[in-house]
Amino acid sequence: MSAIVPWETDPIRPDEPKPLRITVDGTSIEGLQGQSIAGVLLAHGITEWRTTTAGRRRGVFCGIGVCFDCIATVNGESDVRLCLRRANDGDTVATQDDTREAQ
Amino acid sequence: MNADVVVIGAGIVGAACARALARTGLSVVVVDRGAPASATSARGEGNLLVSDKAPGPELDLAMLAADHWPHLAASLADELGPGFPDIEYDRKGGVVVATTEEGAEPLRAFANGQAAAGVEVAHLTPGEARSLEPHLNPAITAAVHYPQDAQLQPVVATEALLASARRAGVRVLAHQEVVGLVRDGERITGVRTASETIGTSAVVVAAGPWSGEVAAVLGADLPVRPRRGMVLVTARMAQRVFHKVYDGDYFGATQSADADLQTSSVVESTPGGTVLIGSSRQQIGFDDRLRVNVLAEVAGRALRLFPFLAGTPVIRAYGGFRPYVPDHLPVVGEDPRHPGLWYATGHEGAGIGLAGVTGDLLCAQLTGADPAIDPAPFQPSRPSLAAHLTGGAA
Amino acid sequence: MTHVLVIGAGPAGLSAAVAAGDAGARVTLLDSGDGLGGQYWRHLPPQRPAQREARLHHGWAAFDRLRGSLVGVEVVTEAQVWAIETVDGIAVHVLIGPADAGGRAARTFAPDALVLATGAHDRTLPFPGWNLPGVFSAGAAQALAKGERVAVGRRAVVAGAGPFLLPVAQSLTAAGAHVVGVYEAARPAALARGWLPRPWRLLGAARKGGELAGYAAHHLGRRVPYRLGRAVIEARGDGRVEAVVTARLNADWSPIPGTERTVAADAVCVSHGFTPRLELPIAAGCRIGPDRFVAVDADQRTSVESVYAAGEITGIGGVDAALVEGRIAGARAAGAPAAAADLKRRTATTDFARRIDAAHGIRRGWTSWLRDDTVVCRCEEVAYGPLRDAAAATDQASLRSLKLTSRAGLGICQARMCGRTVEELTGADPARAEDTTDRRPLAAPIRLGDLAAPATTCGKDTHV
Repeated sequence: MSAIVPWETDPIRPDEPKPLRITVDGTSIEGLQGQSIAGVLLAHGITEWRTTTAGRRRGVFCGIGVCFDCIATVNGESDVRLCLRRANDGDTVATQDDTREAQ
Repeated sequence: MNADVVVIGAGIVGAACARALARTGLSVVVVDRGAPASATSARGEGNLLVSDKAPGPELDLAMLAADHWPHLAASLADELGPGFPDIEYDRKGGVVVATTEEGAEPLRAFANGQAAAGVEVAHLTPGEARSLEPHLNPAITAAVHYPQDAQLQPVVATEALLASARRAGVRVLAHQEVVGLVRDGERITGVRTASETIGTSAVVVAAGPWSGEVAAVLGADLPVRPRRGMVLVTARMAQRVFHKVYDGDYFGATQSADADLQTSSVVESTPGGTVLIGSSRQQIGFDDRLRVNVLAEVAGRALRLFPFLAGTPVIRAYGGFRPYVPDHLPVVGEDPRHPGLWYATGHEGAGIGLAGVTGDLLCAQLTGADPAIDPAPFQPSRPSLAAHLTGGAA
Repeated sequence: MTHVLVIGAGPAGLSAAVAAGDAGARVTLLDSGDGLGGQYWRHLPPQRPAQREARLHHGWAAFDRLRGSLVGVEVVTEAQVWAIETVDGIAVHVLIGPADAGGRAARTFAPDALVLATGAHDRTLPFPGWNLPGVFSAGAAQALAKGERVAVGRRAVVAGAGPFLLPVAQSLTAAGAHVVGVYEAARPAALARGWLPRPWRLLGAARKGGELAGYAAHHLGRRVPYRLGRAVIEARGDGRVEAVVTARLNADWSPIPGTERTVAADAVCVSHGFTPRLELPIAAGCRIGPDRFVAVDADQRTSVESVYAAGEITGIGGVDAALVEGRIAGARAAGAPAAAADLKRRTATTDFARRIDAAHGIRRGWTSWLRDDTVVCRCEEVAYGPLRDAAAATDQASLRSLKLTSRAGLGICQARMCGRTVEELTGADPARAEDTTDRRPLAAPIRLGDLAAPATTCGKDTHV
C-alpha cells in the first residue's frame, strides 16, 4: 500500500502543508495543496482507480505522464492524467470504466 | 522467377487483383517497394460508400461492391478461420446531413438522383435523424439515410486478401522496387526489380497514388496524382456515433479538381472504441508534413456535426495519399498503347470499398471472361482520359 | 536579436537556456510540467516548500545555480508542445495550462533556433502480471518519492537494469518504504565489461562514478540486498501485487529454470533502461541515428539547420553529459562558439552511454519470460500470443500493418510504453520509416475543440 511521508517527521523539513478537498466518485477526500490528484489518492493508499476494457484495474504506472494508465475524468473532462494534474480544492474526479463505456 | 502476371503494389487493390487472378489458375507475383498493406491502404478510414457517388459508372461499380462485400467478407472469414484478425465489416449505414439552409436542397436533389439510379435512400426529418444519431447537432437542415454504406478495417481487409491470395499460390515480394520492364519488341517479357528479373507477359500497376510514377518507370504515362487526406483519431469513449455521419460538403470535396485544401467531415465510431474524424483533400504532391491548419479545419467541421466532441481528446492524426485521376474514375484495364500493361488504380478515397470488384473486373478483362459490369468507362482508352495523356490515346 | 526556444527544463534544457541567454540571445524555455528541473531534479512544488529539499538530490546546488541564472529568460511552465510544423520554417504549437485541460491558452513560436531537450522515460519490459496495480515503472517510484513524498508501497522490490535502480531504491527508502531487494538483470561479467575497462574514465569523466559509489555505500549501510543477474519474471496477486517471482538469468537474460524465488511485496518498481522522447525531434525533421537517438554533431546540431538537441534524446549519458551538451547547444543556438572546455568534456561523457549499454543493455533472451497471455500493449491489452499470431497470420513484420491488425500500440499512450517492445517482438526493422513507433505527429493529446480553435487564435508568436 502506498503512503505519504508524514510532514512532521520528514527529514527534508517541509513547512506545514495546507489542506484541500476533492471529490472522487462522490466521496470527499482530503489532500494537500501542491499534490497531484494521483498523489492525493496514493497518499490515501488508493493505488487503482481505472477499469480497462478487459475489466482490469489500473492506477499510476509511469508517474510522469507517458503511459496514460492513470487517466480519469476531472471536472467533467475525460482522460486527464492524474499524475500530471495538480489537485485544486473542490476538484471533482470521476473514475473511468471502459467496460461500462463499451456498452 | 516467372509468373503469368506480375502485380505491382501490395495494397488492397493489388491484393484483390492478385487473388482474383490466382483463383483462375494463373501464377501471380506481387511486388511492393515497401511493406504490404502499409501505405494508402493503411491510411484511410475504411469506407465502403455508395452515398457519396453521383449516378454514373463509379456509382454502378460501388453498388456492385456494396452487394459483393458481404459475400467477400464471409468467404475470407471462412477461408482464413477464427485465428485471423476480424476485418470488422459492418454495414452500419451512412447518414448524410446538411448543416446550412443552402445545403439542404442540393442534398435532397442529389439523393433523389441516386434513388433513381437504384441506391437505397431514405429522407429523414431532423427529428428522425436525431433518433438515428441522438448526439447529432440539432441545427441540421436536411438528412438522408443510406443503409448500404458500410465500413471495414482496411488493413485487416488487405491482409486478408493477401493471405487468401497466398493460399491460391500468389507470391508476395516485399521491399522490392520495380525498376523497369524487359521487352521483346513491343511485347513485355519481364519485370526488373532492384534485385531480379521476373519473367512475365502481363504487368498490373496497382500502386495507388504512386501508379503514375510506376507507369513512368515502365515507359508509359498515366495521369494519377497524389491527393493528401488527413484523419483524426480520438481517445476511446462510450459509443455515441452509430453510423457513418458526414456533411454534404463531402461531394464538393471529392469531385473537385481544385488543388486547394478541401475539407468535409466524416465521423464514425470504430470497434476499438475510438472515433475517426475525416477528412481533408489537398494536392501537395507527396509532401507528408503536418499542417496544423488542415487539422483545425477537419476538427471544426466535425464539431458542426457533433458538438459534444469538443471536449474529446484527439490522440493521433494520420495522413495518406489517395490516387487522384482528373476525370474522377478508377482506371481498370489494359493500356492500348502498351499491350500487356494493365492498370488497377485511381480510386482516390474509394479504393477500399471498390477493391474487390476492381480485382474481379481486371481479372475478367485479362482472362477474357465476362465482366460483371461494363469495363469501358474504366478503361485507360476512355475519351475523358485522352486529354490527360501525353501523345494521345489510341 | 536571435530568439532561441528551448523545449524541456531538465538539466540539458536548463543549461541550454542559461548558455543561450549568456550568449546574448532572447530565450524562451518551455516545460510541460509546472516546475523546473525535469525528472532528474523532480522536487516538491512551491505550494509545499521544504527546508532541506537538497537531501533528496544529487547536484542540487547545480540546479539552484541554473535556476538562479535564468534572469531574462522567458520561462513558460505547463507548456505542452503538441505539434511542430515545418512547412514554413519551424512553428512550435503549444498549449499552456493545467495538464490535459480543455481551453488552455494556445501559443505558436517561430524561433530562430530551437533546442530540444525532451529527455527520456523508463523502458519497462513486459512480464506476467506487470499490468497489476502495484507494479510501477522505477521512474514512477522515483517521481512520486521526490515530487510527492509518497512511497508507492510498504515492501518494495526494485528491479530491471541500469545504474538508475540504485537512486530509486534510495528514494523509496527515504520515503519510508522497506526495499526488500534490488534485482539487476546484468550479470557480474557484463557489469565488469561495461564499467571496468577504463576505470580512470569512470573517475575522471563523470562524477557519476562517485555518485554510484555513494549509492553502493548507501545500500550496504542500509542492508538493501543488491542482486546481480536476477530479474523479476512475474508479479502475482489477487487484483493487485502481493508477491513477485524472481529468477537468475543467463547472460542473454533468459531465466534459469529452478532458480525462481517468491518474495512478498506490495510494490514492484521496474525499469530496464530508457527510451528517448523522440516525437518532437522527428516532427522537426531531425535525423534519428541507427542507435535510435537524435543524431547530432560536435556542436549538438541536428540534421536540421538551426535545430539543436541535448541530453538523453542524444544518448543516455547521465546528468553531466546533459549539462555539458546543454551548454554547447545553447551557445551554438545563440550563434556563439561553445566553450573549449565543454567540447572536451563532451567527448569524455559520451563514453558513459556506451558503458551503460555494454553493462546493462537489454539482451534478447528476456522474451522467454513472456507467456501467451502476458499483456504487451497496456492500453489496448494486446497479449504476446495474439500479437505473434497476428504477425504470423499476415506474414508481416511491418509495424504499420501489424499495429492495425493487432491493435498493439494504437491506444492512448500511442506506443510510448510498448513501441520498442512490439518492434522487437515482431522483428520490425526500425531503420525503415514505417517500422518505427517513435513517430507521433500529434506529440500530445489535444481536445477537438482546441484543435479547431488555433485556426483563428494562433498566429506567429506575438512576443517577437
